Formats: sequence, structure tokens, C-alpha cells
Amino acid sequence: MLSCLDKKIIRRIQEDIPLTPEPYKEIAMELGISENELLDKLKEFSKNGIIRRYGTILNHRNVGFKANAMVVWSVPEDRIEDVSKIMISYDQVSHCYQRPTTQGWPYNIFTMVHARSMEECENRVEKIAFAVGINNYEMLNTTDELKKVSMKYFIE
Amino acid sequence: MDRKSKDLLNLIQANFPLESRPFLKIAKELDITENQVIDIIKELKDKRYIRRIGGIFDSRKLGYYSTLCAIKVPASKITEVAKLINSNNGVTHNYIRNHPYNMWFTVIAPSIKDVKVFINEIKIKTHIEDIIELPVVKLFKINVVFNIKE
Repeated sequence: MLSCLDKKIIRRIQEDIPLTPEPYKEIAMELGISENELLDKLKEFSKNGIIRRYGTILNHRNVGFKANAMVVWSVPEDRIEDVSKIMISYDQVSHCYQRPTTQGWPYNIFTMVHARSMEECENRVEKIAFAVGINNYEMLNTTDELKKVSMKYFIE
Repeated sequence: MDRKSKDLLNLIQANFPLESRPFLKIAKELDITENQVIDIIKELKDKRYIRRIGGIFDSRKLGYYSTLCAIKVPASKITEVAKLINSNNGVTHNYIRNHPYNMWFTVIAPSIKDVKVFINEIKIKTHIEDIIELPVVKLFKINVVFNIKE
């Protein structure tokens, strides 16, 4: 269970850090705890997986990865393990999930594929399709971004 | 972006130092000064290469429920439907994609019930029944770290 202090720290750490020589000291002061207490908590959260990544979040479109596609694949149940293993070995595949199928939705494996251009993206997807031997897939390109924000936890 | 900025971004993407003087630690690795590191990061933020420095959380480990949803929205109703969906603070991503299921959004909420209530509200208010919920069954990879090359 997360304590009140845990939630207070999470609320603060989901925002940005100050760009000053001792940023954690400043944050700790805001929270009314010591710098060491804060750093120990952050290390604990990183270790137990509450923090998935403590680092720098980029605008990937701005750093040159202009093209990305959500590629959805229909993979036979007994091939999911080996197919996903091959897919995730590609650097260009940033996410790979299994999701449920429904009557109107036959695709159970979802991948995000990033590249510098749409052409490079399409080539990569074709290569992956060939490598895993799955022909039943669709590439869903983003044509408009309507919302993209970071989740704010434990607000209100 | 110049060489130094790229090296810096590659260094601090996956892990940002959890120690008292993080910028000094980075400075030593790049053989520049602490102030230079801070200035480069400020510049990269101004130019909107960097969104923020901080934690990315596992919503499930925080007790939240999350799912990806897709809905078939007639072109004439996209603005109206997007407005309703995006008004929920737990909706973090919403994209139009080239598919009959054309609107794709993620929703994170304190419980599965909150999500069900929200989906139901969408159906009632938009009169669109064709909406699918696709929560993660199994996670194979999540890695949003990019190698910034030359």
C-alpha cells in the first residue's frame, strides 16, 4: 500500500524537476522531507517497479523519429511467444503487447514501430512480417493527434 | 542538434541520476561543466526536444486500471466525440488512425468500474455503439528510449 507521503512524492515527481544544481534538495524542501529521504524513496520506487523509468521524456517527433505506426497482427495463440520474441528484438519496435480480440477485431498483437520516414517504417514492418511469417496484419498510421499528455496520478 | 546535445540526450533518456548533484554527475561523464549541462537542458526544453525530466509510473502498480479503446466515429462527428473523450483527465492519448476504427484513445482510471462508466457515457452521449476495449493481456516490451544518431 502506498502511504500518504508516497503519494505526495509521486504527485511531485510526475512533474518536472527544477534545473538547479541541487534539484532533489529543492523538491524535498517543498515536500517537507530530507533530500536523502526523497532519494531513497525514488530508488525504492525504481527498484520495485512503481517507477518504470526515471529519466528524460522526449518529444520523439522533434528528435527525428517523425514516422510511427501502430501495427496490429493476427498471431495464432501457439505462436505468440516466439513471434513476440522476434518482434521485440527490433530496436524500431518500442512497444509490444498482447490484447484481446473481439468479433470485429481479429488482431491480438500490437506493436509500435518508429522510423525517420514513413518509407523506412513500411520497409521495417515488411521485414518484421517476413521474419515472423505473419501475413495477417495492418498498419495503422496516425493522421491526427487529438491529445497527448502525461497521466497525473493522485490528483483530487 | 549539435553533438554535445545528442550525447547528453542519449545519456539521460533511460536514466537520470538519482543523487544530490545530478547535473554534475552528467557533466563529468561528458567532460563539460555543471552549468553547461543545465544550459543545454534548458535550451533543449525551449526547443521542445525535451518534454520533462522525471518519473514514468507503472499505472497498475499504483492501483490504477488502464485500457486502450477504439471507436468508429463518422467524420462529421470527430470534433464533438473528441471533445467528450478528451475531457476525461485519464485520457492521455487520442489519435485518429487510418482504419474503420478511426479514433484510438487510452484511458487510465482508479478502477475498472470508472472506465466502464466512462465507456457507457460515451455510448449514450454519442449514440455510437461500436467501441472496443483492448486492455493489455501481456506486456512484451515497453521501451520509449530512442537512439539519437548523427
